Amino acid sequence: MILTGPSGCGKTTLCRCFNGLIPHFYEGELKGELRVAGLKVTEHQIFEMAQRVGLVFQNPENQLFALSVEKDVAFGLENLGMARDEIRKRVDWALQTTGIEDLRERAPHELSGGQQQRVAIASVLAMQPKIMVFDEPTSFLDPLGAQKIFEVINDLNKKLGITVILVEHRLDLASRYADHVIVMDSGKIALDGKPREIFNLETTRLLGVGVPKAVRLWGLLQQSGVKVEGVPVSSEEATQYLREVLKR
Amino acid sequence: MIEVKDVRFTYPTGVEALKGVSLTIGDGEFVAIMGQNGAGKTTLVKHFNGLLKPAKGVVLVDGVSTKDVSVAKLARTVGFVFQNPDHQLFSETVEEEIAFGLRNFGFDAATIEKRVTWALNLLDLEEYRKTSPFMLSGGERKRVALASVLAWDPKIVILDEPTIGQDHRQKENLRQFIVHLNSQGKTVVVVTHDVEFVAECSPRVVLMTGGEIVADGEAKKILTDTALTLRASIVPPQVTRIFLGLKDFGLPSDVIDVSEAKRLLVDYLRGG
Repeated sequence: MILTGPSGCGKTTLCRCFNGLIPHFYEGELKGELRVAGLKVTEHQIFEMAQRVGLVFQNPENQLFALSVEKDVAFGLENLGMARDEIRKRVDWALQTTGIEDLRERAPHELSGGQQQRVAIASVLAMQPKIMVFDEPTSFLDPLGAQKIFEVINDLNKKLGITVILVEHRLDLASRYADHVIVMDSGKIALDGKPREIFNLETTRLLGVGVPKAVRLWGLLQQSGVKVEGVPVSSEEATQYLREVLKR
Repeated sequence: MIEVKDVRFTYPTGVEALKGVSLTIGDGEFVAIMGQNGAGKTTLVKHFNGLLKPAKGVVLVDGVSTKDVSVAKLARTVGFVFQNPDHQLFSETVEEEIAFGLRNFGFDAATIEKRVTWALNLLDLEEYRKTSPFMLSGGERKRVALASVLAWDPKIVILDEPTIGQDHRQKENLRQFIVHLNSQGKTVVVVTHDVEFVAECSPRVVLMTGGEIVADGEAKKILTDTALTLRASIVPPQVTRIFLGLKDFGLPSDVIDVSEAKRLLVDYLRGG
């Protein structure tokens, strides 16, 4: 699921509710009911929620601190008091899944931004959460690096069945992977549906969401009286649809 | 004018960040410096205002070597807006923050007041005049950082990754703002890996990889060269990727702009 909307609309605040940072860490007034992975968030502490909901932040530097990649990935598990063998197994698995086994002994601060982001993902993944929340995980990465991270995230969803919540403004690269889009505005959920439906709505544009250029192109073509069907969420889809149109 | 002549720079850690870079940026130009993480983009622009001095080679700003002037003096001509506004902001109020540079350059109180108000209005920050910068959102703090640099009206403005953390509307505002600055004759240098942003601004693009410049030219030419973009760890704009798959219809593949894309398709379908 992609969670998007203008800055200050409440995306990050909502994500903080998912793993109990709200209300257990951040002060404030919370009303309503929050149930995540079957647990009432208000009744379970952060360490309990964290085993079910992992959070990966925008800037991995804020999340990494150990002297080696391996230690960083093991840290959360050690905190849970897990047996050594099990920790080893989980760390190996997390490093393998994110494609950074060869970085095991390296110091996180020596790595490139893309590698650091993979380490941050691995350290959350090692907890084997059911749900992973990514808060703009690629904003510091170059486009190819960003695309690779989106592919890692997509694999977590498609191959491991982890529920993925992706807070994102860069929809051109991320949209193709999503089944579901939520647009927030002024602390409320404004739109909720499938990417194709949401991106094609005039309201989405009015809310200031940067819909993928392929969708914009579709809108412009329709305005010019060109009959195009479907709504493409990736360049490949757009090319494929356009080839049909151009052949007619 | 900025002239960079065969500049080499190695960090104390031994990382050779610039391996002989030469580049000239004329007055009033709008240049985007692009490339992969670690390509040397930020290292290069930090040479423009003397924050870093070349180990070998020379950087001239309006004909004067950056080795011969202090950063404080250079800053009057070359304003630098950092990637992370928190590296730049420190005052208790937004107003104080913007006034700080002006005071350092020795402007009188009346001028400072006038310039602060001007900068606050320019970046839509008037309501935060008395607010602490640290109470603001990331996007707002970035605007404060930009306002505090523009306040002293430097001839050259360098923006390091200005679009990070900005939503679509803020990005659009920023784009219009940059284009406006540039049209008023300011030299604007943007370090960015935001391909769609560059496709919309269409500046001159300088592409870096591994501490070297590998291409320099129109955005349209560089962003649509797939061998080049791959080398620089960049993904061509979505419109370009669409058109790369339509070459066999006789459509051009060097398209970066969505309106141009529409026009080409409509013309094709009308048999034009």
